[in-house]
Amino acid sequence: MSDKLGLYVHIPFCIRKCLYCDFVSVSANKDYIDKYFKSLYEEIKCFKVNKSCSVDTIYIGGGTPSSVDEKYIKELFEIIYLKFDVDDDAEITIEMNPGTVSMEKLKVYKECKINRISIGAQSMCDEELRKIGRIHTVKDLYECVRMARSVGFDNINIDLMSALPGQSLDDYKDNLYKIIELRPKHISSYSLIIEEGTPFYEMYEGKNRDEISEQYRLADEDEERAMYKLTREVLAGNGYERYEISNYCMKGFASRHNSRYWQGMEYVGFGAAAASYYEGRRFKNTLDIDKYISSNPIPKDEDYILTKEDKMEEYMFLGMRMIKGVSASLFRETFGLDIMDVYKEVIERNVARGLIEYKNDCIYLTQEGIDVSNLVFSEFLL
Amino acid sequence: MSKVDQSKIRNFCIIAHIDHGKSTLADRIIEKTGLLTSREMQAQVLDNMDLERERGITIKAQTVRTVYKAKDGQEYIFNLIDTPGHVDFNYEVSRSLAACEGAILIVDAAQGIEAQTLANVYLALDHDLEIMPVINKIDLPSAEPDRVINEIEDVIGLEAQDAPRISAKLGTNIEEVLEQIVNKIPAPVGDCDAPLKGLIFDSLYDAYKGVIIFCRIMEGTVKKGTKMKMMATGASADVVEVGIFGAGQFIPCDELSAGMVGYITASLKNVADTRVGDTVTDAENPCDEPLPGYKKVNSMVYCGMYPADGAKYPDLRDALEKLQLNDAALGFEPETSAALGFGFRCGFLGLLHLEIIQERLEREYNLDLVTTAPGVIYKVFKTDGTEFEVTNPSNLPDPSEIEHMEEPIVAAEIMVTTEYVGAIMKLCQERRGVYLGMEYIETTRALLKYELPLNEIIYDFFDALKSRSRGYASFDYELKEYRKSDLVKLDILINKEEVDALSFIVHASTAYERGRKMCEKLKEEIPRQLFEIPIQAAIGSKVIARETVKAMRKDVLAKCYGGDISRKKKLLEKQKEGKKRMRQVGNVEIPQSAFMSVLKLDDE
Repeated sequence: MSDKLGLYVHIPFCIRKCLYCDFVSVSANKDYIDKYFKSLYEEIKCFKVNKSCSVDTIYIGGGTPSSVDEKYIKELFEIIYLKFDVDDDAEITIEMNPGTVSMEKLKVYKECKINRISIGAQSMCDEELRKIGRIHTVKDLYECVRMARSVGFDNINIDLMSALPGQSLDDYKDNLYKIIELRPKHISSYSLIIEEGTPFYEMYEGKNRDEISEQYRLADEDEERAMYKLTREVLAGNGYERYEISNYCMKGFASRHNSRYWQGMEYVGFGAAAASYYEGRRFKNTLDIDKYISSNPIPKDEDYILTKEDKMEEYMFLGMRMIKGVSASLFRETFGLDIMDVYKEVIERNVARGLIEYKNDCIYLTQEGIDVSNLVFSEFLL
Repeated sequence: MSKVDQSKIRNFCIIAHIDHGKSTLADRIIEKTGLLTSREMQAQVLDNMDLERERGITIKAQTVRTVYKAKDGQEYIFNLIDTPGHVDFNYEVSRSLAACEGAILIVDAAQGIEAQTLANVYLALDHDLEIMPVINKIDLPSAEPDRVINEIEDVIGLEAQDAPRISAKLGTNIEEVLEQIVNKIPAPVGDCDAPLKGLIFDSLYDAYKGVIIFCRIMEGTVKKGTKMKMMATGASADVVEVGIFGAGQFIPCDELSAGMVGYITASLKNVADTRVGDTVTDAENPCDEPLPGYKKVNSMVYCGMYPADGAKYPDLRDALEKLQLNDAALGFEPETSAALGFGFRCGFLGLLHLEIIQERLEREYNLDLVTTAPGVIYKVFKTDGTEFEVTNPSNLPDPSEIEHMEEPIVAAEIMVTTEYVGAIMKLCQERRGVYLGMEYIETTRALLKYELPLNEIIYDFFDALKSRSRGYASFDYELKEYRKSDLVKLDILINKEEVDALSFIVHASTAYERGRKMCEKLKEEIPRQLFEIPIQAAIGSKVIARETVKAMRKDVLAKCYGGDISRKKKLLEKQKEGKKRMRQVGNVEIPQSAFMSVLKLDDE
């Protein structure tokens, strides 16, 4: 069996940055976007493939990949197909903002053999969308799904956010049902996180944080957890299975690309801030888009070789994000060590306090364990 | 070598309130007497410890000998004995004074007499010193030298009309000070041929020379080979070297005779053998009785000190031992806390002394410390008739076994401008003070006299005093007596388990308030854990305050940052690192900062 590889391409452009977003993205003029893609194409062309392998997942993320002219995406894929041996049944995803979609773009995506679309809906309420600084409306979202289907995209993911400013449990439930009605194959649901360096951080953690009006109040932990539990229950009742902490899908539609991340499989990232795991090394391109464009070779933000300990830690804290958990026998196969020789104390302590279970070769988080998964994961660091 | 002419010696010290310019004047005297060139002068030559320089206070008494060519054409030897400038070191001050014939009293031309000025003047008068007032800081726009001179005459009763009006900072009128030293301060007297009698006013440990004794020779002569004996501690040793004090260096000489100030080295390894105030004599020809006034200094304030990292316990012990070589007033003994592990119960002269030691441990020895609340020595009288002292609240017996307890009371003097008298009286009342009286120094300033329990002033009394008087109040105290008091041990229970390191002894009337504040503070400091954590303050089995740290409901990272795994790992590592700094008490993890936070309850 030849090795399989995943590709990630970062398109760091948006019409406007959302108020909660701390990813690498900017709004830019045509000239700047042009330069960026030149560098991006160059980076892909220059990448050294050291072994025979084929690509079985491609993920175009951002930013907003759908915000740029479709000609860039077209050329991007021409280069990818020239450079890599892409499997016929590869999963090829592109992220979209409903406010930036057109039939022309969708048709080009189809021609590029993109077969999965990830739509950032975030909310099904215009007022909520406005509060978090999204550029689209609920109507745009419906239109986007309709157009995508008309062009033949059926494998659709919709991103939904919970714990938005002023959002009640009922508000969220309403959003969730509206998404279900659209019957996407995959739903990602994650709660708003107030990240440093964002306008929301200034607002919620800055000096005026005690003056937040009721309309902008954030859910407390109990409400947030209630939303999380509701998500699982409602989605389970509608044919969606939770397979990862924040990801749900109809049977057979788990994201193959994201699963690579959880399973310690290789992927190569292109573009500013893109991360890679390739040949035992984790490396990441500079977060600075200017530098990405102007430097050759591209400066790395980090680049290190994983030790065996690093790999064991990752095996645990990434693998346990998946609901099925990690396999003890695969651990032994991979590392030549019994999992209990390495993690006996941590496993027993967390089993005792009901945060993980160890059954039939599998170690996985319980419902309670999911709620405090960071605490559990941190204990698996060696 | 001929004996030094006693009539040409002047032994004196400088007394002043903190910040009135003592060290600066000392620098000027050294400069003007030409012992050092201006270029060699570092600012404040006398304060040679970094910490002292930064805090602007003198911790250890230091001494310098200079030669002054007076207007009468004669050369005079000046021995300037520096004195520590803080109430914690009152005893050291008194011994330094005892080594002198005179004292320069510096008074700030703008601020006038302060509580500490008075306390030091009284100390100097007790030792029959000739007091020579000097008005400093006349360069300040707010200087009122005439007013201050009148104040000195009215309040202290000293003739002050001819007091030199100087600016030590600018070097103005320093000659006048030097001439007055010659003319006003008496020369020492003492029989050089009598049996040796020397006063130890300081000592210091040097890695090469061993203990170096700072000594004023009252009678007799000491030289290399003299078999000397400390009359109080009984330690004896052969003198290896004697000498005088250059600025910042030791200059050996043949002998020290009556009237002289200098140093003696002998192969003594422990400063505890050479206690300040003890009398040095010749073991083969001893004097008939020691000099008066010796007392063993006792620690007044105690606290537990623990290494933040338990593995550093031996390092902490080494560091304390080293500090103790130079500081006989620092006491420590090992103790164990269920919450903090192995550490030491340390004794100090006062809170400033405690803070200085703590800072030196952290700065010079690179130790990260967890300190428990400072306390005083309580006397416990048990129902079975026995009596003992407690410095660690954990050692207090069961309340049923205690007949009564006594706590130390100090006599305090607070000098304050009249507009703040009310605020300061209120503060003293809050601290269980007993009003003794008030004197008006002049129309705008008053001297308040209070009795205060020592345990009420060791936390933050200075800070409170300063903030409630906008910095205008000054404060001095001395231990008066032990007095029967209604004291209770307040325990803190976290998740129903008593945390020994957080227990403290407090007056029953303030127990509720303190307990409540501690619980509130701890609630802020203890991070939420998987279960609800009650925090209780209790006296015996009676809970008097309670707070609850709610259970952690959520600690999950929903989004996955794409393939950026290292970002996620860094997050987890930070979390793990935070946990390392926690102390496990029962099944609760308590951050070290929580133990320290309860020391600052009255900040608000």
